Amino acid sequence: MTVAIKIENVSKLYRLGTVGTGTLAHDLNRWWHMVRGKQDPYAKVGQVNDRSKSGSVKQGDGALPPAGSSMRKSSALKPEYVWALRDINLEVQQGEILGIIGKNGAGKSTLLKLLSRVTAPTEGTIKTKGRIASLLEVGTGFHPELTGRENIYMNGAILGMRRHEISKQLDEIVEFSGCAKYLDTPVKRYSSGMTVRLGFAVAAHLDCEVLIVDEVLAVGDWEFQNKCLAKMKAITTDRRRTVLFVTHNLASLRHLCSSAVIVDKGTIRHRGLPDELIEIHLRSLPSSGEQVNLNSLSGPLSSQVKIESISINSNPVCQQQVEVVDSTKLEFEAVLTAETSGVFDVGLAVSVRGVRLTTLIASETRITSGETRVIFRMPEAMLSAGVFQLGVGVSDPFNRSSWAWNENLFEVNILNNPPASHPLAKGLVHLPVSSS
Amino acid sequence: MFSEHRFVVVGDEQNNSRTKPHLLNNSAQTMAEVLSKPGPDGLVTADREDDWDLILRPKRHFLDVNLREIWTYRDLLLMFIKRDIVTVYKQTILGPIWFFVQPVLTMLTYVIVFGNIAKLSTGGIPAPLFYLSGITLWNYFAESFNKTSSTFTANAHIFGKVYFPRLIVPLSIVISNVIRFLIQLSLFVILWVWYLTTSDTVHPNLWLLSTVWCLLLMAGLGFGFGIIFTSLTTKYRDLTFLIQFGVQLAMYATPIIYPMSALSEKYQQILWWNPITHVIETFKYGFLGSGQASIAGLLYSTTFTVITVAFGIIIFNKTEQTFMDTV
Repeated sequence: MTVAIKIENVSKLYRLGTVGTGTLAHDLNRWWHMVRGKQDPYAKVGQVNDRSKSGSVKQGDGALPPAGSSMRKSSALKPEYVWALRDINLEVQQGEILGIIGKNGAGKSTLLKLLSRVTAPTEGTIKTKGRIASLLEVGTGFHPELTGRENIYMNGAILGMRRHEISKQLDEIVEFSGCAKYLDTPVKRYSSGMTVRLGFAVAAHLDCEVLIVDEVLAVGDWEFQNKCLAKMKAITTDRRRTVLFVTHNLASLRHLCSSAVIVDKGTIRHRGLPDELIEIHLRSLPSSGEQVNLNSLSGPLSSQVKIESISINSNPVCQQQVEVVDSTKLEFEAVLTAETSGVFDVGLAVSVRGVRLTTLIASETRITSGETRVIFRMPEAMLSAGVFQLGVGVSDPFNRSSWAWNENLFEVNILNNPPASHPLAKGLVHLPVSSS
Repeated sequence: MFSEHRFVVVGDEQNNSRTKPHLLNNSAQTMAEVLSKPGPDGLVTADREDDWDLILRPKRHFLDVNLREIWTYRDLLLMFIKRDIVTVYKQTILGPIWFFVQPVLTMLTYVIVFGNIAKLSTGGIPAPLFYLSGITLWNYFAESFNKTSSTFTANAHIFGKVYFPRLIVPLSIVISNVIRFLIQLSLFVILWVWYLTTSDTVHPNLWLLSTVWCLLLMAGLGFGFGIIFTSLTTKYRDLTFLIQFGVQLAMYATPIIYPMSALSEKYQQILWWNPITHVIETFKYGFLGSGQASIAGLLYSTTFTVITVAFGIIIFNKTEQTFMDTV
């Protein structure tokens, strides 16, 4: 294995606020330090990249302290500078598909900008091998007045392709984009979706050794997204190309990447397998999602039966959406109370995009005015990766018109297919059927 | 680990597997980078830099201009030139005829205002021909300069998303303007042939041959000044205000609407230092037989142009690395 990209002690300093008249004073000060052979005074006071903290708070927890003696001085200078990246060290092997995850503003895109040479690092070096193509946006350089065909050449040339390389692949590009009919129409007449399709089609046919992709897959309609993902998978499976891939879509990260890093506050916090890192990443996310509303049952019985709490695998559900790493074990527990004790059928509904997949029933369960626990166990590895809507309800077994129900009480986001599942066993649910 | 490999002979496995040498592998560049990077102990460390196709550092050496890379992107240069020419008059009825309308109207205005009203001398040359010769060449410089001087700000959206040698953009502007210049020159030549055959006011001579050189100098000056100004304006936009009217004012400091011979000795001496003066005067003398062409003047202009372009490329090269942070 050879190293395709080697990042050594890379840091990037950005200035906050507007670039105004104060800049000239800073530049002169910086120049004066440089003339005397001293370090950049603003590099010392740079803050850790943490968007949630306002500038007046100095050096958050876990932060790298600024270079030694400058602490005294830094309080005098306003903290107008921030380290978007700080001391990044990373080696990427040839053929590795590296996913980069992290919160918004953690420095992922800055890292990609440095790698794709849009801007230079403030400190450190980046060494690369082979031809690099960066895809921070699709359709860069499209000119609205030029036709689709002209723009294919334009965009390809901007991405570093030679004219004959594009000509050779023109048919494939056109076919992939699905815009053959509009090839000689100016791009300004295209719908936004078509423009994006054309842009991605060019990019997907780039011939390069290192591909740098910023979340550009989240484009186009559902059909085209799947096409993009499949193309990305094809690009990445031949193991010839090195790919760096920034994403917020954890499912595509798991699907495409062979390894991953978490960028947090401008530094690389973790490096490892996608599955491990997704779990770490999810745990680090703040619980800011919408709260689940347990009092949202509707129907004639809704005043009588109440849901006290719901938990999955013994973890209480608080948010509207709950993330579960895989479905090897799925155990739902609902705690119910009834105004007057009685016997009810309790149901747990699983749906996807409004389509009911299955309903689990605990029939003729006695619910008392105290707390009654109802436990639903799903068959092992029944659900695949994806988002499922779960609903809970009760019904009177002797009078079907008497019920209380919320079909979309909360959502479960299952991130991984169970480790043991067969790679060909695709589908939203796995049924216990046998074959011979 | 690098010191162990310092003396590895070229031809090891990694060298063989190196891919696509046409793109970024430039031994001259690598040398410049090796030299510009002293090791921690002050020594120059050559730690197998050969194995990498590209090394990104905070600051490049100021002479580290990768011209070979521009050559690998020549298709992009052609695409930009084509775009600049094709898209300007798309969806217009007259199309490329607009290339003629502007100089003709300008010429007519000058004939009326400077010729008939102000009665400025044209050095014995028919007024339309005299003004058109100056306008054609000056327009080329002004267009090239104006457009290249906004390279960084006007293309920030592309530059922020993808890397290609930034010099491609000003180069494409200067070249696509040559085509526009040639179209306008043909208009001038038609008028010139007409006067040549119908009257005895025009006396072309061998200086005509220097027209190509004049064009090169104009291209160089427009390009050089343009990239200097765009580099300076990435952070401080102040100069953009100067450019807007500065080019117009500069025209009056150049013998466009008057011949050098109409000036007093003192003003002629001052204007001699304007590098564009010699280009215009040589052009006029070659075609019209009236003007002050001199070898010394052309040499001065050439030296000035070379220095401007070299300085421009150095400052542009320095700016392009991090301008995205401030633009």
